[in-house]
This record gives sequence, C-alpha cells and structure tokens, in this order.
Amino acid sequence: MSRRLPKEQYEHTLSYRVKEWLKGTKDPFLGNVEMKPQKEFQEDRKTIVRRDREKKRLFEQIYDIKHNPEIRIFRRAYNIFSVLFCLFLVTMLLLAVSDLPKFGNASNPVNNEVAARYIENGLQETGAVNIVTGMILDYRAFDTLGESHVLFVATCTVLILLRLDGDKKGRSGVGYVMENDRIYEPKNDMILQTVARIVVPPIFIFGIYIILCGHLGPGGGFSGGAVIGAGLILYLNAFGFAKTERFFTQKTYRRTSFCALACYALCKSYSFYTGANHLESGIPLGTPGAILSSGLILILNICVGIVVAGTMYTFYVMFRKGDY
Amino acid sequence: MAFVQNFPFMSIILSLFAGPLSSVLGGKKAKWLNLAVISIIGAMSVAVLVFVAVTDEAFVYTMGHFPAPWGNEIRVGILEAFMAVFFCLIMLLCMLGGVFEREEEIEDTKQNLYYVMVNMLLCSLLALIYTNDLFTAYVFVEINTISACGLIMIKQNGRTLEAATRYMIMSLMGSGLLLLGICFLYGLTGHLLMSNIKEQVALLHAGGEYTVPLLISLGLMSTGLAIKSALFPFHSWLPDAYGYSTLSSAAILSSLVSKGYIFLLVKIFFRVFGFGIVRDSKVVNVLFVFGIAGMIMGSISAIWENNIRRMIAYSSVAQIGYIYMGFGLGTTAGVIASIYHIVCHAATKSLLFVAASGLTDVSGDSTKFLDLTGAGYRNKLAGVAFTVGSLSMVGIPMFSGFISKLLFAQAGMESRNKMLLTLIALAISTILNAVYFMKTVIRIYTPVPAEITREKGYITMKARERLPKSAALICFIILNLVLGLSSEPIITLFRRGLAMFA
Amino acid sequence: MNVSNLLTNYEEAIAMILFGIGFSNLLLQKNLIKKIIGLNIMDTAMYLFLALKGYIAGRKAPIVTNGVQSVEAYINPIPSGLVLTGIVVSVSVTALMLSLTIRLYRRYHTLDLDEISVRLKKEGL
Repeated sequence: MSRRLPKEQYEHTLSYRVKEWLKGTKDPFLGNVEMKPQKEFQEDRKTIVRRDREKKRLFEQIYDIKHNPEIRIFRRAYNIFSVLFCLFLVTMLLLAVSDLPKFGNASNPVNNEVAARYIENGLQETGAVNIVTGMILDYRAFDTLGESHVLFVATCTVLILLRLDGDKKGRSGVGYVMENDRIYEPKNDMILQTVARIVVPPIFIFGIYIILCGHLGPGGGFSGGAVIGAGLILYLNAFGFAKTERFFTQKTYRRTSFCALACYALCKSYSFYTGANHLESGIPLGTPGAILSSGLILILNICVGIVVAGTMYTFYVMFRKGDY
Repeated sequence: MAFVQNFPFMSIILSLFAGPLSSVLGGKKAKWLNLAVISIIGAMSVAVLVFVAVTDEAFVYTMGHFPAPWGNEIRVGILEAFMAVFFCLIMLLCMLGGVFEREEEIEDTKQNLYYVMVNMLLCSLLALIYTNDLFTAYVFVEINTISACGLIMIKQNGRTLEAATRYMIMSLMGSGLLLLGICFLYGLTGHLLMSNIKEQVALLHAGGEYTVPLLISLGLMSTGLAIKSALFPFHSWLPDAYGYSTLSSAAILSSLVSKGYIFLLVKIFFRVFGFGIVRDSKVVNVLFVFGIAGMIMGSISAIWENNIRRMIAYSSVAQIGYIYMGFGLGTTAGVIASIYHIVCHAATKSLLFVAASGLTDVSGDSTKFLDLTGAGYRNKLAGVAFTVGSLSMVGIPMFSGFISKLLFAQAGMESRNKMLLTLIALAISTILNAVYFMKTVIRIYTPVPAEITREKGYITMKARERLPKSAALICFIILNLVLGLSSEPIITLFRRGLAMFA
Repeated sequence: MNVSNLLTNYEEAIAMILFGIGFSNLLLQKNLIKKIIGLNIMDTAMYLFLALKGYIAGRKAPIVTNGVQSVEAYINPIPSGLVLTGIVVSVSVTALMLSLTIRLYRRYHTLDLDEISVRLKKEGL
C-alpha cells in the first residue's frame, strides 16, 4: 500500500526530480551551477601585426646575425659542440654497457652478501615484511633522513620564490590582488563539489592505509603522503581557500612539517647513537605482520607521510599564484 | 668508544635539526640560532680534530645497529676534521660579515627561510666531508645544490633569478652524470660503501675485468663534480650568481659550496678508486688541460670586467682551475697543493667579497670601478683588507696564496712530462692576476678631489660603525697571515690526513 | 665493443640512449619547460637503469610472502630503495625548476633563457 502525496509535496521529492530529469523537461543543474559562456578568443588585425612586428624586432636584437657574426659563430659552435658531446657521451655509455655483466643473471656482482642479508635476516632484524621499507628506513636510514630533508629544502625554496607577502598594511596592495587568484572564489561548481564530497574521504583513508601498512606491503610514507596531498588538492579545487584554510594554513604546514622532521631526526639520532655506541636500543620489534610492529619504521613512515602530504599541497598552492 | 667520537654525527644532526627549526622561528631568533649552531659545531669539530690528531688513527662511526656493508657509516680522519673546522670558521665569518646586507636586501618575512638554507647547506657540507657511502654523498650533494640555489635567489632581481636557473641547469647535468657513475660502479662492485668498493675495484683491476666500465664510471663522476664546481667551460652561471646575490651568499658560495664538491672528488679518488688507478687512467690529463684553460681564461675575463664583484667571481674561475690542475698532475704532492689551495682560496675569496662590499658601501653602493676611486681612504679597514686579499691572490710572500703557488710549482717540478706546462701556466696566470688585482688596488688608493666626493654622495666610514663586518675582516686578515706564515704544520697535517685516506 | 653482449643487455642500452636524449635536451633546448622535460627524461632513464640492475629473471618483488626468506625467491632490494630515494630528489628538483620558470615568465613573459639574458642586459641592472 502506498501513500499518495499531495502534488506540491510530490514535486519536492527526489524521485520526481529524477523522473523530470530523465524526461528532459527540467535540468536540475540549470541555474544552480556557475555557467559562463566562454568568449571566443579574437584578435583584430592591428594587434596581430603589431605583435608579430615586436617579436621580430626582439628576435633581431637578440640574434643580431647580420651585424654581429660573433653571436652566429658562437651559437653554431655551441650547437655543434653540444651535439658532439652528447654523441660522445652516448657512445661511451653504450661501450660501457656492452661490457657490463649480463642482465637478469643471479650471479651478477650486485647480488652479493649485502642483498642476501637484507632478504634472509631483514624480517628478524627490522620486523618489516616489506624488505625495501626495512632497508631504506632501518639499514640505510641516513640516506632517507637526507631525502626527506631534500623535500623540505625544496619547499622552502619554492616558498621563497612564489610566496606573495603583501605589504605591511595587510593583504591589500595592488600587486597582491593582481597576482592572487583568490578573486575567482568562492566557487560554486556543483559537479566538482558533489564528486569531491564523495571521493575525498576515501582518498584520505586510502592514503592513511598506505602509510600505516608501509612495512607490511607495497607502500610507505612517500606514496601515501602523495595520495593524501592529492586529496587535499582536490578539496581545495572544489571548495576554495576559504574552507581549506579552516584546517590547513601555511603556519599549519610549517608546524606539522617541523614536528614531523624533528620527530624523525630525534628517533633516528637515538637509534644511530645507541647503534654506534653498542647499546641496546630497547625498542620492541613486535610480531611481524601486525600493524604495530617493526619498531620505529611505523613512526618514521607517519612522519614522512605528513611531510610529503604537506609538501605536495604547498607546491600546488604556490604554483597556482596563490598564497595561503 | 670515546665520547668525542660522537661529535661528527652530532654536528650533522644538529645542523639538520636547526633547518626545520628556523622555519618556525622569526628572523631574529633564526639568526641567533644559526650563529649558535655554527659556533657549537665548530667547537665540536675542534675537539674531534684534536682527538684524531692525538690518536693518529681514523675512526669509523656506524649510523645504526648494523655494521659496515649493511648499514651507513661515517668516517673521520685528520683531513675531514680539519675541513669541518675550517668550513665552520669561514661560514661564521661570512655570516657575520654580511649581517647588514642581509637585513637590507632580504624581505622581512623571508629572513628565516634564509637561515633554513644556511643550516641545511652546513649540514650537507658536513655530511659530504664525513660520509663513507657514495649514495649518501649523492643525496647530500642534492641538498647542497638546492640550498645553494636558495642562497643565490633569496635577493630577488632578474639577474639572480637567471643566474639561479643557469646554476640549476648546470648542476642538474652534473648530478645526473654523478649518479650515473655511481650506478655503474654499484653494478660492477655490488657495494655502495667506499671502503668495500675500493676492495672490489682493486680485485677487478688486478684481474683485468671490466676495465672499460670502470674507467667510464670514473670519468662520469669526475665530469659531474667538475661541472658542479664550475670548472672552466661550465662557469657561465658563476659571475652573475656571485656578482648579484647578497653578500654572505656570495662569500659562502665562492668559498664553501664548490669546495665541498671538490673535497668529495678527492675522497672518490683516494677512497673509492685508489689514487694509483686514477693516475693510470687518462682522466687526470683531461682535468689538467681544463684546469690550465680555466686558469688562463678566467683571469682574462676578469681583466675585462668592469664590476668589482664580477671581477672577483671570474677570479674564482681561475682559482678553481688551479685546484684541478693540481689534481691533474697525478702526484700526491699535487693533491696536497690542491687541498692547500682549497683552504687558501676559501679564506681569501671570502675576505675579498666582504672587503669589496665594505668599499662599495662608501661609494654610493656602486660596484663600478670608476666609482671606487679613492675608496681605500674612505673605509680604511676595507681598503687594507682588500689589499691583503689581492696580494695573497697574486702570490706575494707572507700571504697564503704564495704558499699554495710554491706547492704547485714544487709538485710540477716532480712530474716529468707536465713540468714545463705547469710552470708556464703558473707564470702567465700570476702575471694576469697581478694585472687585475693591482689595477684595483691602485684604483682604490687614488685620491679624489673633495668636490667630487661631495657631489657623488660618498661617505667616510670608520671601522667602529659596522662592527660585525670589521670584526670579520680582521679575523680574515689574521687567518690569511696565519696560513701564509705558519704553513708547515698545516701541510704536515694534510700529509698525515691524506695518508689516512688510504 | 662486444656487440652480442650489447644485444643481451638491450634494456640497459635503451636506458643509456634515453639518458643521452634527456641530456641533449637539457643542453640544446632553448625553452625552459622543454629543458625541464629533458631533465625528467634523464632522471627516468637513470631509474630504469638502476631498476634493471636489481632484476633477476624469474624472481618476485622483495616482500616476504608465506614466510619464505630464501635468497632464491626475491630480486635484489637495494636498487629499488635507491630508485625510491632518487624519485623524491627528482620531484623536489623539478618543483624548484618549475617555480624558477614561473618567476622568470611572470617577469619577462618569455621562456627563452637567451632572450631573458638580452633583456637583462638592456635593463642594465
């Protein structure tokens, strides 16, 4: 038995709207989505001519070949020498490759006692099921410590180059407004917002899963952090800065990445110190295969994940003329 | 294990930790943190140097719970400890000398990022000095490159941005070749640790196996590091980068960054391949030729230059040529001369940059030669310091440059077939050096009439006015005299350190 | 030159040729973006070469499955770890190069490095 609704009420239900949409009598997005007809790019003859002329003049000045034979000779010599150098390099490399041990052979010099110990004792010594993770975060942890700081330094240089600092009175200078693309916000892109609302939580959860299971299977801090960063970028694109800034500003980035890197450095210096002085580290390795196992590796993966997620997001924000 | 043996590791971690820490601090606090970190690390390195010199034995410090071929490790000998002390000292003086310029030229909100770069640069230099693992060296070479790029472009104008781009392109080619060389070597030996690679390479060399790939990997690594340290044909980024960046960046870049790569090259020669194999290969001859070309061409470009800071930068090209010429001689004496020249050039070049900025301060901030006329009278200390630096670069006795030229000449006499070429190149280069440095010294001591001084707005500055810079200049002068007058113990130290490398 | 060995190692030879392509792009291209693409080709070729170093025919990825811990079961884990480190380095360097390019483009409205140098000379800075 079904209940009959009055007509006004029925017109507000979902099924009615879907039916309307299927029939094509009403478009639910019409009027709700920001739609601007795109203007076709048009240029009148005058500007085209002027632009071409300016470009030509500029090129004549730069490559002033008629009046300045030195430039021509230099350019030609540079090109010839570069090509010759590259050909020489490739020939040398091919020569070297032709003399290398055979590819995919188990008795190559690469497969020596070092790799054997990583495979045979890796599980017992580091507690990580994923041997690569065990290797980069425990056996050769100093490299990885440097590597996460490479990311940090790169973010700092990008901040130096692209951060808009505004003037002291606040963010009101003409240049600031011109260069900042927040003026196009808030966005009301319904498709993007709906999809983002559905997709972003699973992306975050997936990223967290990759980070937490980095020592159990393929994954780890770098890949998981990149996934979370991608989720953040999608969220930013859908909802704009006003919403993301409620939980993630530049200050947040700096503090979280400082905390993560400091935690990383402290954990690792503890284990370096105890290792070099032949002390017991006293960190339990747990049962291999469980989430809470493999000593410091889980903590380090989380730290790296935080740094990488923040870094990816910062790169994106800085590249789209933004500021946070 | 003595507690002192922890110091190299602690100094790397301390500077590594100070990088992110300064990103959350304000500019002023970050400045003090940076000075404190450099001083503490310098003090610790002195302790390490004393310890190693007394025990007369290099020690290995395992980074983690796993011994040699499985884990990372760092290795400390006399040469490494000396370089760490010296780099900290130079960096401290450079930072002191450029305090005013930094505060003027860098935006307030980006001050702390500058100190992030400096701390990370120090960390990577220390790691390059101490590391015993080739792949770790690669990672820290990249940190070094990126932070050096940050130092160049922190003062943002078109010139520095362009210079930073050119610098990055060159360095990326260099690190590509370096990494490829490391990959080849790893494929042949199966190790990444320097000591183990050396054993394997000796075995392969004795058995006559894989000679071509070994030679090519050596060539790739030397070319990569030579490109990164701006050897002659790859120097196009250098004048703009040194000439227009802020003062302490220019001083640090010229005196430390390229020297870090050169020191890594010394380590690769001695600790990875063994100098015998390197000498037998033809790679040293290539370095020799390019070194000599750099000595001559750098000096000629410097003579034509009309901007004092660019002139000093071109002079760096020539000095790096000297260092590679020393390697190219293929004798231990040549390498010792090169290492002495690394030290001497680092001390002198940073002195010259700071002194030149002292001179331009009193000449209406112009770097043109014409405006510098008589600047030696207006800022007496900077004038004296510039003169000392110039005399040292030309190679006048009593100053450090003389000793390194003497060592180069002695090393050249020992080698049979390269003697004539070395001596001729040294003579020509010395004359060219004298031409452009003495031209500048005469220019800054040419008196100008009082009305021109008034017209152009020149000012007179006492040593008291910019105290950190004056203090740095005085320290630099003393350092130069020490290196010039009591070189014997230092050279003995280098000999012992180089013997420890093997 | 051992041609038959070169043909056996054809994967490595391809990596080397790719490296050459990337390197010559870095040297010869005038456009900064193309230079960056060249840089990425070069880096990728290097990772291909490194990854090939670790491969052993017929073995699996180094993740312990079913408690098997014998050397015969897995490929060499070291090159994989090195590639991971290398990728992170190349990401950071690419970001830095791109942001430098953005700054230069905003200032000079061109991507040609030589053109930028000429403008700089005109500015007389």
